[in-house]
Amino acid sequence: MQHDTARSWRHKDLLDICQLSLEDVLLILDTADYFQEINSRPTKKVPTLKGRSVVLFFAEPSTRTKTSFDVAGKRLSADTFSLAKSGSSLQKGESLKDTALTLQAMRPDAIVIRHEQNGAAEFMASRLECAVINAGDGRHAHPTQALLDAYTLREQWGMMAGKTLCILGDIAHSRVARSNVILLTLMGVNVRLCGPRTLMPYGVETWPVTVHDRVEEAVEGADAVMCLRLQLERQQAGLLPDLREYAARYCLTSARLALANAGARVLHPGPINRGLEIAADVADAPESCILDQVAAGVAVRMALLFLHLTRKG
Amino acid sequence: MADLIIRGATLQGRTVDVLVEGGVIQDVLPHDAARRMEAARVQDAAGLVLLPSLVDVHVHLREPGLEYKETIATGLAAAARGGIGRVCCMANTSPVNDTAAVTSFMLEQARKSHPHGPWLHPIGALTMGLKGQDMAPMAELAEAGCVAFSNDGLPVLDSERFRRAMEYAASVGRMVIDHCEDPFLAPGTGVNESALTARMGLKGQPSVGEAAQVARDVLLAGYLKLPVHIAHVSCREAVELIAWAKAKGVDVTAETCPHYLCYTEEAVRGYNTLAKVSPPLRGEDDRLALIQALNEGVIDFLATDHAPHAMHEKEHPFEEAPNGISWLDTALAKCWELVRTGRLDEGRFVQAASTGPGERFGLGVNRFRPGDPADVVLFDPELSWTVTPEALHSRGKNAICLGETLRGRVVGHYLAGVAVI
Repeated sequence: MQHDTARSWRHKDLLDICQLSLEDVLLILDTADYFQEINSRPTKKVPTLKGRSVVLFFAEPSTRTKTSFDVAGKRLSADTFSLAKSGSSLQKGESLKDTALTLQAMRPDAIVIRHEQNGAAEFMASRLECAVINAGDGRHAHPTQALLDAYTLREQWGMMAGKTLCILGDIAHSRVARSNVILLTLMGVNVRLCGPRTLMPYGVETWPVTVHDRVEEAVEGADAVMCLRLQLERQQAGLLPDLREYAARYCLTSARLALANAGARVLHPGPINRGLEIAADVADAPESCILDQVAAGVAVRMALLFLHLTRKG
Repeated sequence: MADLIIRGATLQGRTVDVLVEGGVIQDVLPHDAARRMEAARVQDAAGLVLLPSLVDVHVHLREPGLEYKETIATGLAAAARGGIGRVCCMANTSPVNDTAAVTSFMLEQARKSHPHGPWLHPIGALTMGLKGQDMAPMAELAEAGCVAFSNDGLPVLDSERFRRAMEYAASVGRMVIDHCEDPFLAPGTGVNESALTARMGLKGQPSVGEAAQVARDVLLAGYLKLPVHIAHVSCREAVELIAWAKAKGVDVTAETCPHYLCYTEEAVRGYNTLAKVSPPLRGEDDRLALIQALNEGVIDFLATDHAPHAMHEKEHPFEEAPNGISWLDTALAKCWELVRTGRLDEGRFVQAASTGPGERFGLGVNRFRPGDPADVVLFDPELSWTVTPEALHSRGKNAICLGETLRGRVVGHYLAGVAVI
């Protein structure tokens, strides 16, 4: 593809949104636009990354993110290799440092890492010469998810600045929320957070967002609502009385969505719990962009692999 | 004639000669007055700072059981180099120091490796296996040489059991040292609960989890009219509770550590596992409160909480790495930054790091008065050195100041008049 040299990619790794400038973000999204178009063609494969290898190292269960990266790599003609925790040496007690060194010795061009430990991607990146793309580390960051969410919203809204997004649910344990808050506020979006206080991160009052106890208040006048998956173990950890009460108070229903601006969109990073954080009819409604997010995910990850693997210097 | 004269060192601003005989201080004279005195050995100490050997009441050596992290021999070698003459080691070895056999083994290892010191003073387990349930045999342990009792690292949440253990310890003439943290409210994640660590996705230990247990301990000590010593104070709220208790006349002493005085939670940025410690590094406000409290004597002592680990254990993702910082080699030089810059009074430093804890725990105390043990450190305040793994005598290379260039280094160390470095 033609590439504007003035807008070149300078990062070895993608670890966290906070490393990116607005210019970097727009370069990613514009590059993704190009790949989105390729993905709509009958023949979706381009030879751009032929002969390059990408390791998909998923130490934590994942279906959609891993598949998305796999498809993205293959559409660009890169060779993709999967390494899961089960069946790997990690399960035999190998340390992450040794896994990193072993992978390094195989000379991949990029490693995509998903890991339950906060900072795992940074840990790998500091020890590896190849590009490291963070596909989610603990509760810390999930930059590719935030980028595909931003891509989806830009596609739906046209303009980002001045729009209002409400993120609903378990913010405290969510890397998706952390990365989205940083990215969307960088792009001028007003972000509201809503959930029970037991699921709000400590110090949230220092974040560039508004925080709401009541869903109705948080959703009113919003241009989009993003529901987060509620992990069922939060109840066992003593953070919630029970899931029935959670659903009654925080589930995004069509009645609550009706309080948002006309045409407000609904997002969810998946996998969804129908009837818990999102009502079944809302998930299937025309406002729902859940499947657009999946399509955007492939395009954004193609853009990221392309930018990292064709970087100069 | 004296055995040894240390000539021309600076003792709290005065230039003095120290005469040592028979392992004790014979006299300390103005340098000029002592010019014609002679001794079997003369140590020129011009330009050096004279300090009493430090007394560290909070140290983790890893022997028996975890010798790959530290042995008694390597720990005491590091202490000798670091100007620490008395090392009180905690009971969380493997097996735990909850029987006289373990205490005796520790003392034997110290005697074999360092017959002239630094001296080892084991702290016995407060409860069997540090499990917080059955009391350890404190009488037997005290007889074997334990100088205090503690459940350090695994705080006793059950206040009834803690109360009874305090009483029983008192009946064998020993004090309880308490690691104050509610393990539910403040699980040992090794970072403060704050906006910074929440952003990093880490679960934190809120300072209230520490302060709540400090409150319990000082209330119990007041109620029972028994002494208690609070280990590694890290936060302002705990300082305020200790000040309150002291004003009420409670027999409480408290220690803080070099890391709480010289670093804040900012050090964990980038998931730096060398800054992972429990209680955790906190904010700047806490750091300033601790420096002030140490100057004012609300915090009595400076102890290191030296916690050596193998480097490969720290080379893990943050949450998998163990808590603790290696300090025996570097604590004096690092804390001297505070003295040099006037943030910590030199006299208070000496009291906090040597004479105070020595007196409180019934160990030897050198106030440079005739008859005091000749436990003497010669410290060159201008000698700069870079903290590298090779520069540390401790097997634990997990110094938080790794890579820093420190100004000031121990160049001489005598215990009972015998050079130990």
